[in-house]
Amino acid sequence: MTTLAHEAHHAGHDGHHAPAGWRRWVFATNHKDIGTLYLWFSFAMFLTGGLMALGIRAELFKPGLQFWQPEFFNQLTTLHGVIMVFGAIMPAFTGLANWQLPLMLGAPDMAFARMNNWSFWLLPPAALLLLISFFVPGGAAAGGWTLYPPLSVKAGMGMDLAIFAIHLLGLSSIMGSINIVTTILNMRAPGMTLLKMPMFAWTTLITAYLLIAVAPVLAGAVTMLLTDRHFGTHFFSAAGGGDPVLFQHIFWFFGHPEVYIMALPAFGVVSQIIPTFSRKPLFGYVSMVYATCSIAVLSFMVWAHHMFMVGLPLDAQLIFMFITMLISVPTGVKVFNWVATMWQGSLTFETPMLFAIGFVCLFTVGGFSGLVLSIAPIDTQMHDGYYVVAHFHYVLVAGALFSLFGATYYWLPKWTGYMYHEGRGKFHFWWSMIFFNVTFFPMHFLGLAGMPRRIPDYALQFTDFNMIASIGAFCFGFGQLLFLYNVIHTIKGGVGKAPANPWEGAHTLEWEVPSPAPHHTWETPPDEALVRKGLRAQYLEGHDD
Amino acid sequence: MLKICTGNVHVSRGLLALMLFGAPGLGMADTRMTFQPPVTEIASRVSDLHSFLMGIIIVIFVAVFGMMFWAIFRHRKNLGHQAKPFHESTTVEIIWTIIPALILIAMAWPAAKLVISQRNSAQPDITIKVTGYQWYWGYDYLDQSFGFKSKLLTPQDQIQNYGPNAPAKDAHYLLEVDEPLVVPVDKKVRLLVTSNDVIHSWGMPAFAVKQDAIPGFIRDTWFKANKIGIYRGQCVELCGRSHGFMPTVVKVVSQKDFDTWVAAKQLAAKATLFEPGKPITKEALIEAGAKVYANNCAACHQPDGKGAGPFPALAGSKIATGPKAGHIHIVLNGKNAMPSWKAALSDAELAAVITYERNSFGNHTGDFVMPDEVKAAR
Ligand code: HEC
Ligand SMILES: [Cu+2]
Ligand SMILES: [Cu+2]
Repeated sequence: MTTLAHEAHHAGHDGHHAPAGWRRWVFATNHKDIGTLYLWFSFAMFLTGGLMALGIRAELFKPGLQFWQPEFFNQLTTLHGVIMVFGAIMPAFTGLANWQLPLMLGAPDMAFARMNNWSFWLLPPAALLLLISFFVPGGAAAGGWTLYPPLSVKAGMGMDLAIFAIHLLGLSSIMGSINIVTTILNMRAPGMTLLKMPMFAWTTLITAYLLIAVAPVLAGAVTMLLTDRHFGTHFFSAAGGGDPVLFQHIFWFFGHPEVYIMALPAFGVVSQIIPTFSRKPLFGYVSMVYATCSIAVLSFMVWAHHMFMVGLPLDAQLIFMFITMLISVPTGVKVFNWVATMWQGSLTFETPMLFAIGFVCLFTVGGFSGLVLSIAPIDTQMHDGYYVVAHFHYVLVAGALFSLFGATYYWLPKWTGYMYHEGRGKFHFWWSMIFFNVTFFPMHFLGLAGMPRRIPDYALQFTDFNMIASIGAFCFGFGQLLFLYNVIHTIKGGVGKAPANPWEGAHTLEWEVPSPAPHHTWETPPDEALVRKGLRAQYLEGHDD
Repeated sequence: MLKICTGNVHVSRGLLALMLFGAPGLGMADTRMTFQPPVTEIASRVSDLHSFLMGIIIVIFVAVFGMMFWAIFRHRKNLGHQAKPFHESTTVEIIWTIIPALILIAMAWPAAKLVISQRNSAQPDITIKVTGYQWYWGYDYLDQSFGFKSKLLTPQDQIQNYGPNAPAKDAHYLLEVDEPLVVPVDKKVRLLVTSNDVIHSWGMPAFAVKQDAIPGFIRDTWFKANKIGIYRGQCVELCGRSHGFMPTVVKVVSQKDFDTWVAAKQLAAKATLFEPGKPITKEALIEAGAKVYANNCAACHQPDGKGAGPFPALAGSKIATGPKAGHIHIVLNGKNAMPSWKAALSDAELAAVITYERNSFGNHTGDFVMPDEVKAAR
């Protein structure tokens, strides 16, 4: 309790050392400020990428070209992908890690405060490069977010801007990850051993390692593209002794772990939310950690399942198929553990819990469609078609994005000091849940029936499902303004002041500091007794009954 | 079966389908919810394997989420349910690791067998080279030594419906070509797939065939169609502007019809653009050029050379009435949405079409381009 008193006292003279005005943000070194920057940035990118998605769905509402020329349509699909992956989802999770890790681990800040500032401030220039690229001759990159050569080698200068943007984003990710790893490994509260830290910290730690491993690989791949484009190298051109497929190998060696870079933190968020609202400890903590680690290791060994159609040797096709199927085992373990956590709980269904449950259901649908895709002969029918589009939107929108919504509602009282409006939160959930499925479920059928992805126009038999998907997309998209409204409403006072711990079943350290969390927290590490009290409540230690 | 659908009919059907969500496609024209009817043994096996997998998946899904929804409905705080803080069981963890692993083995076994048969392209009856171009396909019958290009037949005005009065779309809108690939029924056809420019992918859903076309490399795939008919697919790897406009169409015919067709093709291949032995005159060039134009350029620049939408008019165009070099350059190398014709057309064809453009649609340059000039500009 001494810590708490100290915090409360400290909050009083915050004003002295926090620079005011724009300097507070540009020179930010405080993990909460930087977290806030990350979160707002990613939300702005989410709206930008979402607008592009609506451009795509508008064109696909009916057959024939009615809004865009194919060139521009391809730019929309490409930039939608790049912006959502690198601009929205990844920075959002880094933002969450920034806000939450020090609070949850009992650390005063992230390990490298100035590097933290850098890793954020590299993002806006990267985003600017991407947006400017629409206005250069030839327009933005149009070869898909996968940037396959030779198409990307032949493209206009929009591709160069995309390459530089990816360099910046990669640098930012690497710095952010180093910060996360160092903070987690060195700055945990006394008594909090690795196997007792919150699951969110575990999944973020593994994610950070994945990023450190693969961000340089992506940077290498796009640099090779750049030199092929301008400096006469022939890495990816058969005429010069290279191989276009080499790029795909390198890209997906990055790309598959990238999938888990966007999924693992979501697993962590959900593993915090479900126990809280089940009023029960997380079932199978240790097996969750092992499952996370094995998913991470396996994710490096499955990249060629994205390339079943390039003509791999038979053995390679079989091996990549088997290992890919194997990933569903640890993923399944996670789902089983979440369900077991809810089993025999004392459940309530506040907005964060709704998003977590929505996540588990729909992520599992995405997992199952992934299992179907992993079967190479079936993938013959699905590859590069709408089934794939459905699959990855189930894991990235209903997966990563829903977990981010859940996380926001869960921690918003801590960030702002106010409670959000529960009814509107729930409405946001149901709206998103329904229209997400209206948008993406029909895409499974389109894919099965043979509609290729990345086409601006389609044959008549695909019309019905495309119309449904477009209607769903517009409803889903505009529904997200409600989320923005909910957040702003909460910042402005919401439905009243939030207590330090608004959730009956939450026992992690962030709920021990006042709400809103003062500018500086845990300047002296939390008392070991306080830490142990929380760990016991989470059944991570000391129940010898 | 509605053969021709206007946009409006589809709008209302789409809304109807939305209302009946979950059962769209019921009784509706060609909307499909699953694979196209398989026409090869491999495609049937793929379809069966998929059904088998879906069966298992649905059972697991219902079991797991049945548990979850049981908890959601019974173990609620507002029913007064008390939490039981159990949180660990090694036995349970082992069970739910091993059982899924066993189920996976049950899936992997038939899948592996299918991969092995699918990849066995040995001992074909006939071999055809397939080349992807931006944005059409080329088919070369290697054993019969002839070949041709297969291009989208759908007219531009059906595609570009920016205005309110777009013409009705054909039944096979975007899935129709001028010349389909023709193969005999019940014969093993091996495709050698490659590309001339960027990566494309030759796909045919009814055959469960899909093979990326990679420039500089040749990859193979095969199929043995067991039913006479016309089958339609599309390019399935993003290949630039007109990726959505390069369909794959296969016409499966009886061996007898195939032989007749091959004979006719071989005969036509012997005929050349210009009469052999005679000097190439301006008139000969214009006459040949008109055909080349109709087959390759009219789709965008229109038969009357007046252009349409984003496609500029050639009638009175600065380039088509300006210096020859500029005209040759743009046709050879392309520009933005204008494709490069370097690989697709021969020197003679290019010389002919350029000469034609310079002396038609009201253009009167009076000059002409010889094949050697094109050769020199390459
Ligand atoms: C896919 C549609 C398409 C096809 C097919 C096509 N063109 Fe073009 N063409 C264009 C477009 C678009 C332009 C304008 C390019 C630009 O300036 O950006 C163009 C420009 C031209 C020009 C320059 C016109 C000017 O005044 O700017 C010539 C000459 C030309 N094409 C000749 C041909 C010939 C010859 C063929 C057939 C061998 C052909 N085109 C086939 C789309 C096409
Ligand atoms: Cu993958
Ligand atoms: Cu294509």
